[in-house]
Amino acid sequence: MKTLLVRTSIGIISIFVICLSSSFAQDQNQQRKLSPTEAWIEGIEDVRGGYSSWIQGIQPPEAPPEGEKGIDATINAITAPIAALVGKIVFVKIPVFGAQLPVVVLWLVIGAVFFTVYMGFINLRGFKHAIELVRGDYSDPNSSGEVSHFQALATAVSGTVGIGNIGGVAIAVTVGGPGATFWLIMAGFLGMSTKFVECTLGVKYRQEFEDGHVSGGPMYYLRKGFSDRGMEGFGKFMGTFYAVGIFIGALGIGNMFQSNQAYVQLNNVTGGALDGLGWLIGLIMAAIVFMVIIGGIKSIAKVTEKIVPFMAIFYCVFAIIVILMNFTSIPQAITNVFTGAFTGEGVAGGALGALIIGFQRAVFSNEAGIGSASIAHSAVRTNEPITEGVVSLLEPFVDTIIICTITALVIGTAQVADPNFAGDAQGVAMTSTAFARELSWFPIPLAFAAVLFAFSTMISWSYYGLKGWSYLFGEGKVSQINYKSIFCVFVALGCIVQLGPILDISDALVFLICVPNILGLYFLAPIVKKDLESYFARIESGQIKKYK
Amino acid sequence: MKNTLLLGVDGSDSSSRATEFAAELALSAKSRLLVAYIIEWSPFTFNTPEENEVRHKRREEELSRAQSEVIAPIIKSLEKRGIDAEGIVRHGKPVVALAEIASTKEVSQIVVGRRGESDLGGLLFGSLTAGLLQVSPVPVTVVP
Repeated sequence: MKTLLVRTSIGIISIFVICLSSSFAQDQNQQRKLSPTEAWIEGIEDVRGGYSSWIQGIQPPEAPPEGEKGIDATINAITAPIAALVGKIVFVKIPVFGAQLPVVVLWLVIGAVFFTVYMGFINLRGFKHAIELVRGDYSDPNSSGEVSHFQALATAVSGTVGIGNIGGVAIAVTVGGPGATFWLIMAGFLGMSTKFVECTLGVKYRQEFEDGHVSGGPMYYLRKGFSDRGMEGFGKFMGTFYAVGIFIGALGIGNMFQSNQAYVQLNNVTGGALDGLGWLIGLIMAAIVFMVIIGGIKSIAKVTEKIVPFMAIFYCVFAIIVILMNFTSIPQAITNVFTGAFTGEGVAGGALGALIIGFQRAVFSNEAGIGSASIAHSAVRTNEPITEGVVSLLEPFVDTIIICTITALVIGTAQVADPNFAGDAQGVAMTSTAFARELSWFPIPLAFAAVLFAFSTMISWSYYGLKGWSYLFGEGKVSQINYKSIFCVFVALGCIVQLGPILDISDALVFLICVPNILGLYFLAPIVKKDLESYFARIESGQIKKYK
Repeated sequence: MKNTLLLGVDGSDSSSRATEFAAELALSAKSRLLVAYIIEWSPFTFNTPEENEVRHKRREEELSRAQSEVIAPIIKSLEKRGIDAEGIVRHGKPVVALAEIASTKEVSQIVVGRRGESDLGGLLFGSLTAGLLQVSPVPVTVVP
């Protein structure tokens, strides 16, 4: 009985840890995804100075050191037209009742709604089972020592936890009003189903190599899945397309944007002492990343992986404290979320505008539909791919429904107490100001957390990019070292040069790959559904039993 | 049904004394002897994606190393003395894993060596023997 209690509490704590860590990951995502895509947000900009002004609070374009300007200008001149074109295509918007709806967001949302209905609300009915799986209730002691469900979930979550969870929510509330929070939560809820489908497929179609290591993700399930349905050529094309997209995305939003953000955070917290020293910080970060991914210095990665979840918990605990310190504002803040969701007062495009903003932020935060988490989940060795999909349900839950909501409440309660509390601050700076109202010292640990999240996101995305690269160029050692060297160079570049257009291309590609990914999910959904029904039938009949 | 003893080993000196003690016990009681080596492992850690990817391979390596370097020599010497011995290698928390084996394999008694941790070490890392005394479903003999 006692052990049962202990196990249960360990389970609950671990889930909490995961949730927190994932939320942080999302923060990062949100911010980094936002940044380069000026084009699409433009349409809804302007509630308070728009996108460019908030980003300045967190990402002032750094003045490049002397001598670098030439390189910047050249690269920008070459890439800008391409970036503009790609951005236009990927983030093409249709006007809906006065709001601008990016088609790619619509594509993701329709997918999420479809999978939720088609899988019979797996996001609700699989939830309890997901917790049991993470807790290890169904883990066979004879196979202990393999990657556990908890570990796979924690790894995927820390890849998505980021500055975005802190800053992205502030953007959503600024642009979409308090009501955006409601739609953000709804989108997180629907995104759980997309995540379920892609992570199940990731494990089901992963590639095992002779030496025992595994690679998985959308490029594998797109290729194998379509080829199983007699569309071999198309499957190959889709797989390759995805691999190229995730590789370039990893260099941009998963790398340069992160190192840039880390530098900006460091510079802010030291009061501008690092102005013009971007090259130095860039080299130091590149050296650390080099030591981790090429030098195999696991200890650094291990330390990061361990600190990030605790920073995430730290963030959530203090966020809750701040919310409670504002307790008189809580009822009004919650009322604002619900009324804003349906009236959209003061928001461009009204309720629909709030809805679009909320959905965008959620998608950028939890990556459901982009397929990246599927790569991380594929490492789990299980005879039941469905279990991995069920576990991955918790990712958007922790990331979007828990962490983003907490951030939204911190901001919401501060707004109720003082509508102009943030002044001109937006993004991370706005969240930081909301915290500082109650805890004046908080911006410093918050900046520290942001740097760590940037670092852990770089490590995770280096892996996603590597999987795309090795899908294209083989799993050989030399090929991997080549990729990793390129990755390190881009870490340094992120701090040194202003590569707006390159980031734009990378950002656009990451959203572009959700097109083949979700298309593949539609095609393969019947297979997942069949497995899902068989799995739950066996749970029901007791054929799959608990070990605890 | 033959009486079964469970011996937990970790390759230390005290564990060889425990092995000797368990061997005598098994001989005199004509018991079967399970020899278990538990590789410290927890499902609740935070790993990098690379670690997860090669985890299966590492696990196999750890199992075979423990089997060949720790378990096999012990089993060999026990069998030489005419004891019916069987080795088990498992990942997990030693205390939990030993208790679990004891209950699923219908063991009548567990024998372990004392690790001889100092007060500070015991405080920081917990003591296997003390933990085992708390959760074991069967009597535990601790060999100093």
